[in-house]
Amino acid sequence: MADKITVGHVHMSGCTGCLVSLADNYGGLLTILDKYADLVYGLTLADVRHIPKMDVALVEGSVCIQDKLSVQEIKETREKAAVVVAVGGCACYGNITRFARGGQQNQPQHESYLPVGDLIKVDVYIPGCAPTPQMIRNVCVMAYLLLKGNKDQQELAKKYLTPLMQLAERGTEACGCDLMYDIVNQGLCMGCGSCAAACPVRAITHEYGKPNVNREMCIKCGACYAQCPRSFFNFDVIPEFEGIMEAIAGALK
Amino acid sequence: MAGELGKYKLCVSARSSDKAILSKSQDGGIVTQLFKFALEEGIIDGAIVAGKGDEPWRPRPFIATTVEELMSASGTKYNISPQVSWIKEATRSYGLDKIGIVGTPCQMQAVRKGQLYPVGLRDVPDCIKLAVGIFCMENFPYQSIVQLVEDHAGMRMDAVKKMEIGKGKFWVYGQRGQVVQLPLKVTHKYEQPGCHVCLDYVANLADVSTGSVGSPDGWSTVFVRTKNGDDIWSKAIAAGCFETKPIEQVKPGLELVTKLATEKISKNQKTVEERAKFGVSKGLRNPYLGPK
Ligand SMILES: Cc1cc2nc3c(=O)[nH]c(=O)nc-3n(C[C@H](O)[C@H](O)[C@H](O)COP(=O)(O)OP(=O)(O)OC[C@H]3O[C@@H](n4cnc5c(N)ncnc54)[C@H](O)[C@@H]3O)c2cc1C
Ligand code: SF4
Ligand code: SF4
Ligand code: SF4
Repeated sequence: MADKITVGHVHMSGCTGCLVSLADNYGGLLTILDKYADLVYGLTLADVRHIPKMDVALVEGSVCIQDKLSVQEIKETREKAAVVVAVGGCACYGNITRFARGGQQNQPQHESYLPVGDLIKVDVYIPGCAPTPQMIRNVCVMAYLLLKGNKDQQELAKKYLTPLMQLAERGTEACGCDLMYDIVNQGLCMGCGSCAAACPVRAITHEYGKPNVNREMCIKCGACYAQCPRSFFNFDVIPEFEGIMEAIAGALK
Repeated sequence: MAGELGKYKLCVSARSSDKAILSKSQDGGIVTQLFKFALEEGIIDGAIVAGKGDEPWRPRPFIATTVEELMSASGTKYNISPQVSWIKEATRSYGLDKIGIVGTPCQMQAVRKGQLYPVGLRDVPDCIKLAVGIFCMENFPYQSIVQLVEDHAGMRMDAVKKMEIGKGKFWVYGQRGQVVQLPLKVTHKYEQPGCHVCLDYVANLADVSTGSVGSPDGWSTVFVRTKNGDDIWSKAIAAGCFETKPIEQVKPGLELVTKLATEKISKNQKTVEERAKFGVSKGLRNPYLGPK
């Protein structure tokens, strides 16, 4: 199909959990590859050695700055891809690799890992550890609509992706503390519980309706803040949930 | 936004036709009755409701999978119950494929954001089968309610039978039959601050939303909003779950609902705007403009 977009999976220092999450769309993934996207790069999935030109690069993992090849590849990714999406907590915020201090065989000197956004400009964030299959699915469909859809679809995709682009602009640090700094301290928390539900390590409980983060447990994936309806709530998109959910389900049939 | 009352297919005044539900519920027993029907019909496997917590009138969200459990959670608790905190566990620890959830308008917003942006909500988006919203002017921290009931109304928390906000007053009904009313002037300063930027009164994003305002005592105003909500509501009506009256034929009717919704939203919209210039050339965050 001529109007497919080209997509690559760029694997930095991540656990492949993000890729597994993408694959967990099962039939949906096959539909995406069948109808909407050609996978032009992906060490695990496609036999291509060098990063080719592509529409969308899905980057998983943080960048080890002692690994020359990784640094070179992430720069090349920026040059070759029109849109760079940081997929998962490690690519967006460092996540668990924020705690790395080297000492691992067979490259014990590899000790410094940076979120992708510290080295190149990233366009879209998908936080979380692992990012969810449904979130990756939704962003894939929207990225396709943005690049190949009709005028209305492009408009919708732009509105949908805007907060995820703003998250990318917001910075490369995330922590459960963000709920305190940018929600509770700002007088915005209303006690919905989304943050606790989103946390992959159950670091968040609610005490009298407000989040309480066990900071020792937090792995810095950024899911809680992004999930919170008071981090962003776009009235031009979310109230249209019925139509958008239907459209996404329809696209993947 | 689709106006203050949101999009809806149908608006009626209704009450449950089940006496046992009515006797325990806050208003027309819409929430408990609708979940009971959905549970019995297999439309949902369970519902996240606000049950009894560790202290009197302190709610605790939990997943009700039986009618008894649903009934045990009926009635309004005027303080925060983080309903959405269980939404992923419902699919995991409880293994539910079809989830019901009741919550305030902001919690319905959280559910819909979670479906469109499921950042940390693996498998949740497609499992939400019935989201019931309850109208909400404001909510309170638990300690505010303690202060209002014990210090202002002079009652023990564990001696309260029912609390209610209506007709411009905060009502506290004691188990021995005593009734204390506080003017809302007194309660306002105890409200949860996060409520002051809230731009939804009648749970615009629920499948079905309900509240007391607009209908006579013991009845509820019901908005049926989504296709899914419409489908479930019509089946429940066909099964004889509810008595209904056209909203145009009850007093005070939609006019009051519209008035209150407009008042709430314009007041809070103003607060959102004032936050932007809260300091000196510095403001507070506006979540409606983005995550920065
Ligand atoms: C904080 C708050 C403010 C409200 N403000 C208004 C108002 O301004 N105008 C108006 O018309 N109605 C308001 N309501 C709704 C009203 O009080 C009733 O809850 C609603 O009419 C449902 O009554 P029912 O008889 O249909 O439900 P019931 O059968 O009594 O069931 C009520 C359901 O609500 C759940 N619930 C109880 N407390 C909470 C809570 N704190 N958070 C989330 N879920 C809860 C229970 O689990 C139960 O499932 C408010 C409710 C709350 C919780
Ligand atoms: S997700 Fe809900 S409970 Fe958590 S910080 Fe945000 S508003 Fe508060
Ligand atoms: S508290 Fe949980 S969800 Fe939030 S950043 Fe830490 S690990 Fe992630
Ligand atoms: S006023 Fe708004 S923010 Fe506050 S509890 Fe009600 S719905 Fe939530």
